[in-house]
Amino acid sequence: MHTATVYAARMNWLGEPELAALRLSLDVAGRAVLLNLLPAIAIAWLLTRRRFAGRTLLDAMVHLPLVLPPVMVGYLLLLLLGVHGPVGRWLDQLFGLRLVFTTGGAAVATAIMSFPLMVRAIRLSLEGIDSGLEQAARTLGAGPIDRFVSITLPLMLPGVLAGAITAFAAGLGEFGAVVTFVSNIPGETRTLPLALYAALQSPDGDALAARLALLSFGLGLGGLLTGEVLARSLRRWLGR
Amino acid sequence: MLHIALRQQRGTFTLDVNLTASTPGVIALFGRSGCGKTTLVNLLAGLSQGAQGRIVVDDQVWFDSARGVQVPAELRRIGYVFQDARLFPHYSVRGNLDYGAKRAPQPPSAARFDEVVDLLGLAPLLQRRPGGLSGGERQRVALGRALLSQPRLLLLDEPLASLDAARREDVLPWLERLRDQLQIPMVFVSHQYDEVLRLATEVLVMDDGRVVAQGDVASISLAPALRAIVGPDAIGAVLDGHIERRDTATGLADVRVGEGLLQLLCADASVGRRVRVQLRARDIILATVEPQGLSVRNQLRGTLCSISPDGDSDLIEVDIGGGTRVLSRITRSATQQLQLRPGLLLWVLVKAVSTRGHIFPAEATD
Repeated sequence: MHTATVYAARMNWLGEPELAALRLSLDVAGRAVLLNLLPAIAIAWLLTRRRFAGRTLLDAMVHLPLVLPPVMVGYLLLLLLGVHGPVGRWLDQLFGLRLVFTTGGAAVATAIMSFPLMVRAIRLSLEGIDSGLEQAARTLGAGPIDRFVSITLPLMLPGVLAGAITAFAAGLGEFGAVVTFVSNIPGETRTLPLALYAALQSPDGDALAARLALLSFGLGLGGLLTGEVLARSLRRWLGR
Repeated sequence: MLHIALRQQRGTFTLDVNLTASTPGVIALFGRSGCGKTTLVNLLAGLSQGAQGRIVVDDQVWFDSARGVQVPAELRRIGYVFQDARLFPHYSVRGNLDYGAKRAPQPPSAARFDEVVDLLGLAPLLQRRPGGLSGGERQRVALGRALLSQPRLLLLDEPLASLDAARREDVLPWLERLRDQLQIPMVFVSHQYDEVLRLATEVLVMDDGRVVAQGDVASISLAPALRAIVGPDAIGAVLDGHIERRDTATGLADVRVGEGLLQLLCADASVGRRVRVQLRARDIILATVEPQGLSVRNQLRGTLCSISPDGDSDLIEVDIGGGTRVLSRITRSATQQLQLRPGLLLWVLVKAVSTRGHIFPAEATD
């Protein structure tokens, strides 16, 4: 009887561990989106608007995180960005930046895993833009940067937004690469899925696990719905 | 002055053009779909590459493959009106008009802006988005946008092709106003002969990547190269003239063409107006003796110049005085029975109701 009421009470409130995991997940996913934004726009533009040698290879590289085991990506990051790794050592010496076991490292792992989602969404919107509009802008005296800023970028905004929100929502739940690269440290790298995993590992963590699962479900659904609504109103505003 | 000498090989298609045309005026590039018109125009605009040769517009070299000169499209100052308008969907109509204007080396004055808006009837559309405009309205906005970029040359690539007949009639008169009121040279691409007849001052007939005939509308209308392209019904002499007298009771106007005088039905035409008349070859009757008691309003004397077979009939070219020539399509048996031969004196019969006169709207006198 007593345990049942405590259980019910806990179901109604988010405790400190849940809030910490939620804050961390939002932080990591947000940083990952910011990290990805410019490279994703650049790569999507390259892949749709330019023909160059190695284009197919670049396309495949971008999509690799979708098909590789996330644990493998985490392991690769550990090798590259670890304190003794070639890039990690350099980052440490030059900027004193350590990614292993830090929130920043979690953001990098999440960014790499969600990069293809973002590129795909932006690319889709770029392909929908008639390149004839850019030609028209050209005949009206607009140079390359001018054309990109005044025509291409505004018209691809719905795709950028959709991509960012999908990547953010997916980033909230990134597990394998994060746990492999930066481990599962409460308050530092323990995001929602990692907290959920830890709760499942502990003998009396069932209630916590259920709350975390519900939270993840709500966040994911909410994120996708918001993205769809925003993209739709943006498209209307752009007259498409 | 527009000078183009270009050669480009693309797969099995070869574009090979060498032409000089005077500006201003409307130079029509006429030919069937796929004859290389758009290829040529895109090279002229700088939107496509890979050709050999030269493009010179009013003493400015835009392209010279031998010297490695290639002025980028954005610096050529070409007002390009595309077949599909290509308005920017995220700008209002005013925003679209401003786009080119803001980027012109010398932006148009407010008065000029108002003039163009007025000329094309754009005032009621200014606040609207392109998405809600009709096809004809879109093309008018595209024209305005091109004009306000202060172009040296206006390129119109089949601006009417995507419109149905009624919408075309919405846009054509505006194009005629542009031609008559603005001193901007225009290159007008079309596969519609009637559009060319209404707008052009000079015509380049293209076929399979080559210019097969070039000249003013009157001489082009007689060119043998045209016959394969326009089809038998559209063949016929086109004459430029002006209205000398008009009978308001009967609606008949006396149209002076060269030394000849034609009586035609011309609606709303005042004396002195320039008209362009197409006399279709199949509507013109020839007689070797003076006919009597006919309803035909025009009986002209003429000298037979040439006989050329065209399909299952003959095309007879007749000089009706002072070098003005008309074409008549008659059967072979008629050619034989009347014993037609060059130099023969003939009567040329033209029905007043069978001809179409296009009135040049702006110029009151010739």
